[in-house]
This record gives sequence, C-alpha cells and structure tokens, in this order.
Amino acid sequence: MTQREQLVLTGARLVDPSQHIDGQGWLLVREGRVVALGVVGVDGNDVDSHELKAHLAASDAPVRTVELPSTWVLAPGFVDLHAHLREPGFEGKETIASGARAAARGGFTTICCMPNTNPVIDSRATLDFVLARAKGASARVRPIAAISKGEDGRELSEMAELAEAGAVALSDDGRPVHSSRLMRLALEYAAPLGLPVVEHCQDEDLVGGGVMHEGAVATMLGLRGWPAAGEDVMLARDLALVRLTGAHYHAAHLSTSGAVELIRAAKAEGLPVTAEVTPHHLLLTDSWVAGERTGPLASALAAEGTALAPGWRYDTATKVNPPLRTETDCAALLAGVLDGTIDAIATDHAPHTLVDKDCEYGDAAFGISGLETALASLLTLERAGRLPLGTLIAALTVRPALAWGLAAGTLLPGADADIIIFDPGEEWIVDPARFASHGRNTPLAGVSLRGRVRMTLLGGAVVYDATHESQETLESAH
Amino acid sequence: MTRAGKVAYQCSFCGKTQEQTKRLIAGPNGVYICAECVALCREIIEQETPPPVPVPGQWTAKTNNSVSTSAPLTSAAPTRRQHVLDLDDWTPDELRAVLRRAADMREMLSQPEVRLRTLQGRVLVNLFYENSTRTRISFEVAGKKLGADVVNVTASASSVTKGESLRDTVETLQALGAQIVVARSSQSGAPDLIARAIRGGVVNAGDGWHAHPTQALLDLFTLERHLETVAGKRIVILGDILHSRVARSNIWSLTAARAEVVLCGPRTLLPPAADELYAARPVPGTGAARRVMVEPDCTRALTNADAIMVLRLQRERQQAGLLPSLREYSRRYGLNEARLKLAKPGALVLHPGPMNEGLEIASSVAHGSASVIEEQVTNGVAVRMAVLEMVAEALAVETAGTKE
Repeated sequence: MTQREQLVLTGARLVDPSQHIDGQGWLLVREGRVVALGVVGVDGNDVDSHELKAHLAASDAPVRTVELPSTWVLAPGFVDLHAHLREPGFEGKETIASGARAAARGGFTTICCMPNTNPVIDSRATLDFVLARAKGASARVRPIAAISKGEDGRELSEMAELAEAGAVALSDDGRPVHSSRLMRLALEYAAPLGLPVVEHCQDEDLVGGGVMHEGAVATMLGLRGWPAAGEDVMLARDLALVRLTGAHYHAAHLSTSGAVELIRAAKAEGLPVTAEVTPHHLLLTDSWVAGERTGPLASALAAEGTALAPGWRYDTATKVNPPLRTETDCAALLAGVLDGTIDAIATDHAPHTLVDKDCEYGDAAFGISGLETALASLLTLERAGRLPLGTLIAALTVRPALAWGLAAGTLLPGADADIIIFDPGEEWIVDPARFASHGRNTPLAGVSLRGRVRMTLLGGAVVYDATHESQETLESAH
Repeated sequence: MTRAGKVAYQCSFCGKTQEQTKRLIAGPNGVYICAECVALCREIIEQETPPPVPVPGQWTAKTNNSVSTSAPLTSAAPTRRQHVLDLDDWTPDELRAVLRRAADMREMLSQPEVRLRTLQGRVLVNLFYENSTRTRISFEVAGKKLGADVVNVTASASSVTKGESLRDTVETLQALGAQIVVARSSQSGAPDLIARAIRGGVVNAGDGWHAHPTQALLDLFTLERHLETVAGKRIVILGDILHSRVARSNIWSLTAARAEVVLCGPRTLLPPAADELYAARPVPGTGAARRVMVEPDCTRALTNADAIMVLRLQRERQQAGLLPSLREYSRRYGLNEARLKLAKPGALVLHPGPMNEGLEIASSVAHGSASVIEEQVTNGVAVRMAVLEMVAEALAVETAGTKE
C-alpha cells in the first residue's frame, strides 16, 4: 500500500480484545494508522456500512479493498515482551533484521529484545546502536536494558539515561539478579523511571549446573536436574522486595505451578507485579527431552487424530532455560493465563547456531527459536477448547502492551496499523530450514501444526506476505 | 579383508562381487561370504532350530527354565540391536539371549587359543572421552577375540574444548572405516548422538550418569552364575546412586530379570523421583512391574540381601557438600564384615571398580569369600563379546536389508 492509499480489509473475523471486538467486519487503514473498524451485525453494520462510506468519502485518496476469507482472523500485531535478537555480538545466531523478519512471519509487530548481547545493552551507546539497526526492520524493536553493568550483578546500569534513550524495561535476563541488595536497589532506582524490572527467576545456587527439570525423566537420562523450587525461591524473595519498594516487577517466563501461585497471591495483595509465560512452557513437558513427547501439545494433537511421532533422546532442541517441566506445571500456567494471573504470552525467542546445539546435551546452549511457531502451537490449545481465541490473542496483544505501558497491541482508531491476518486452519509442517530466523533450534521440527500468518502489516505497510513467500520459494526451486 | 591388487573377490555362495555387496567376509583358504548370504544362513538356522540354541553348561539351562516359568517365551528370535545405548527397553528374552551367548564366550575364553571370526575385517573403535583403563581393555580384548581390528581413540579433553564436535569426530571415524564405535563419555547421551550420526553400530561404554549397559549385563551374568537366577532375589545397590550410570543400568536389567532392587545411600546421593520413574515403566515384553525400593537406612536395606553391589564413592562428592565427611559416609554406609552379616548367608558382594578400599568397602570384604569382584572382570570380556557379536549380526542384517 502506498501512503496515499486507503486500505479496506474486509470479510475476515476481527478479533481485538482491547475493544472487546470479535466478529466479521471491516477495517480501514490510512496513512499508516487505523482509521475505523466495524463489525457486521452490530448496530446494523455490514461491509457496505454507511460508516465506512463516510470515512472513505472524507479523503480523496484512492481506495484499495482486500476481501479476506471469512475463516481468516484479523488481529492486532502481536507484542512479544521477551526475545533475544543477539545483535550486537552474536550475529551468527540472529541479527536484528533477521529476528524482525521472523517476528513478522510469526505475527509479531512489536518485539522487546533482551540486553544479553555483546556488549551488553547497558549503555546509551549500545542502546542507540540497537535502535539504529532496528530502523526499517520488519517489526518494531523495543530494547530492554540491563539492570547491572555487563549483567554481572554488581553495579546498577545508567538506568535513567537508558530509559530516556528508549529502553522499555530493565533485565539481566539469562541470569537472575543474585544479590538481594542489588535487586532492592534496582527496584527503587527504576520505580520513578516508570520501567518494570524483569527478573529471570532462578536461584543459581540451588539450580547449580542443571540442564533440565529435576524429576523422573532427568533421573532416567542421567542429566543434572534443577528443581522447580529454584524458581519459586527466587520469585518469593523478589516479591518480598516488591513489597518493600512498591516498584513494578515483572517475572519472566514462569515455568512452575509454585510461581503461578506466588504471582496470584501477590496480585491479590495488590503488589505491582506482572508476569509472562512462553508457548513452550504451556505446551511441552520434560518428557520431550527423552523423546517421548507428552503434554498439552501432544494431547491436543492426538485428540485431532494426528499423534506425534516420537522424537529422540537428548534432543538438544528441548534444552531451554527455565526447563520444560511437568503436565501439572503446564496446567497451572494455562490456568494462570485464563484467570489473568499471567499477563502475557512471550516467546523467549532464543536463536542459536547449529553448532551451539549439535552436540552433547550437557554442552548445548539453552533456548528455543520461538517467534515463528508461537501462534500455531498455541492454536492447538484453542482447538482443544482449553484457551479461547480471545484470551489467546489478548495475551499476545493488549495485555502485554498494558503490562509495560507500550502503545501497541490494539486496533483502536488512531493506533499504528500494526495488523496481522492469519488462517487458523492452514496446515503446515514446521521446517526450520524455512525460518526467517537464523535460529533453527526448535523441538517442533517436523511437527504438523495448523494456523499460519498470511500477512503482517507494520504501520499499514506489508512486511510479510505468505503468498509472496510461497511464490518466491517456488521460483527459487526452479 | 584384503583389498590389495585388482583381484575380483566373490562370494563363494552366490557369486556376488565385492562391489555388489556392502560386505564380503573372508574365510580360510580363499573362501568368501557376502552379507546377504550371512543373513540368509542365519534365517535358515533360526527356522530349523525353533527352541533356543542349546548351550553347554548347567547354569544357562537352569536360568532358562526358571525364567520361562513366569515370563511368556516368545518363539520369535530376540531383536538384534545395532546400538546398545541403555537397557531400559530390553525385554527379559533379549537379556537372556545375550547372557546365554556370554556363557558360550566364557567357555571359549577358558581355551586361550580359540578365536572367533565374527568381527573379522571390521574396524572397532574404542572412542573414550573419559579415562577408563579397565573398560577399554575389556572391550579391546573382546573385540580382538572376535577378530576385529581394534583402534583406540582416547581424548582427554571434551569434544567441545578440543574445538571439534562429537559429530565431526564420528564422521571422521566413519570415513576411516569404523563400523562399530564403543563410546565412553562424561556426557550423558553422547552415545545416542553418535548413534544418530553413524551408519554402523554403537555400544555405550558408559555415558555420564546415564548408562553403562555392558557393566549391568556382566553384573547380571555374574549374579546368575552364583544365584542361578536373580528372580525374587533381593539385590542391594549401595552408595552414590545419584551419580551412577552403573546403578541406573543395573536397575533396568535386574528388575527386568525380576529381582527386587533396593537402593541404599544417604538421601543426598539418591536420585530424585526414582519411585515415580520405575513405577511408570514396566518391563517391556512382559509388562511386569519393576520392583525398586528406596531405603536410606543401611541396616534395613542390607537385611536379608542376596547380593550387594557396592558403588564407588567419588571423593569430589564430599567437596561438593553432598556429604559431611568421608569418615561419616564410611561409618554409616561402608560395607564391612558386620554389615555383611545382615545379608543372607552366602550373599555376594560386587563392585564395578575401581574400589576405594576402606571407604565404601572394607578390604576384608573386597577380598573375602563373598566377593565376586575379580570374576566380574573376567565375565566382562565374555559379555562384551556377546554384545559385540549381536551388534555385528544386526549390522549384517541391516546391510543385507538395504542392498537392492
């Protein structure tokens, strides 16, 4: 679409939880923003509604109307509070450009990137570099700055300047803030800046050299486990510090039922806490490390008659931090999303090179490349009747945006036209070789999923179009 | 196998040339046989001898009888495994078949001049990323007794610090003609990785805390030689089970052979969720429940034991804080003569070696009448020969199957 064009998207199912909208309708985009939208059947609206005509008449710009299948869903672009884009320092794993393309391909239009790069995003210079690299990328990249200089857990970073330069949160992610005193100081210093302090909840002392969840599977495989208590202990400590300081605290990638319980109680108490969970912690269990592949994803697919083939033992694609845990934890995490205890579903997109993963389990890097499989894997829960589409989309759009005060995740008139259109029924096989991300590390390789992003618009401009992608692939094949 | 010159070697049975088959095995006096004919011969032999191959020695016969009373004997020949990575999925039939063959091998070992040709022309690589003199030598002797060309690769550093990935190493070995890789690594799962990377066979010679299947097989073999059968017997595994691949593999094989296994050690050295693990995984083939008990109290554990497997205690465990002191460990869990008296009269004492005498086991026990520790070493060669033979047969079938 050119800037002069008015774009009308009609016919699809509009789902925007920020406005409690869910129905067939139309949406008008002009000059990169949402102008208006309407849902058929509400207030006598239809696709040729007077309202739309009135809006179109208000401008002399040419109109382009795109008719979409009624089974497709049009939603605000997803907001990811947790992604690793690896640049600067680890461009072999990912770059800001490739990570943003992966985001667009997965339906994410805003991605918050973690500061564990090299150098760490702990100074204005590095933050400016990231923002400069993010210009023109296929997604809005919002950097998270480090809590401590070099993420070494000793001295606070220059948080005020980082906030001024555009940091949206503070985190030493990848590692916990070990020192209770430093965490207290971080919360106090960050509070007036309006930035959440994001914690990777893990008591390193208790977790030690663990490589997977401590339990029967770790015992069978002879791998060093780390107990769920390692997360709960750190979260409990942090919540005591939140009580002390009153500052906004955000718990990254919850993985245990105990952590969900702690956040639930903290919210009930009125503490300013928010939390996120990843798709893989909702869907996969530690059985995947043994190649046995049980858990919510497997059950949902089996119920549809597409049982998963067994994987292999010690598949390093399943090595992730925090680790995949048990069915009980998965169920508690999902309950947390459903009752609002958990604010956001975030990918913790952690791309790695082949070499980082093609080795012994103990030596392999932690992480899953998650941007391009998040939606399709979560839709299995939707079809299984366990996660309503509205709740799913809310946890990927308005709720994370509100949690951190980001202007994103909504189709309200006036908002940036960050829009995704997806076909919830389209079946595809996860083929990491086709990822836009440089990180091909996914435990879902070869799994058949349903639900594919057809088009992603960023500020009204198409940044991803599945139709063109297929054609390109065909052309390059010839 | 000779490859010099341009002589066209042919299978003496079907006439296939060397190029037409993946493997041509040389016999004496210019006789050759191809992989396909080997597979065919094997099939013929199996069809013509429905009951298990009769084996000399009364022990094997008795074992066979005692186990067959409860476990349904299937008429199908047990699967020949191309890889021996762990014993968790082994059926009692498979265990029995390998142990029976090990008995033959042991018989054979008593005649030093006898050698087999099972692995003749095959390259067996001992790929050891962790020091182990005894296991490596045991595999080396076993391989040589079967006629293999044995190559020892000892890498002191881990693959990663060396800068070469395990996969690269394996691909190199394969390019150099390795057909069977015997792998030892400090990393759990390394043999699984090798098995996915190689076209040949892999035998796990111990990986991290995960598995040491040939040790468990030789332990079972040794136990059954003395107890006739382990079915219904109380076998105590004593010591640092958390970090022990020997214990993990033994639990699978002993429970599959219907022993009652008691895990005993300080709680800090017992594996988490062991009860849950074994309860959820019945014996393949029979579906029988595995009987595993966790008993941190040494006196209760040893009472009425039929055999005690003592595990090595690494001194680092104390430095890691898992034990208050080696002294306290030795006093509470060390196997001395007083504790041995709690067990049944004639109970056996095993140890995978190397021992810390005076720490986990008293010298008088280690070298006493109950000890079968030395015999374990001899049996190790026989068991490893049986395992290598099985792997070689599986490879021959595989090769025959994939040829057009």
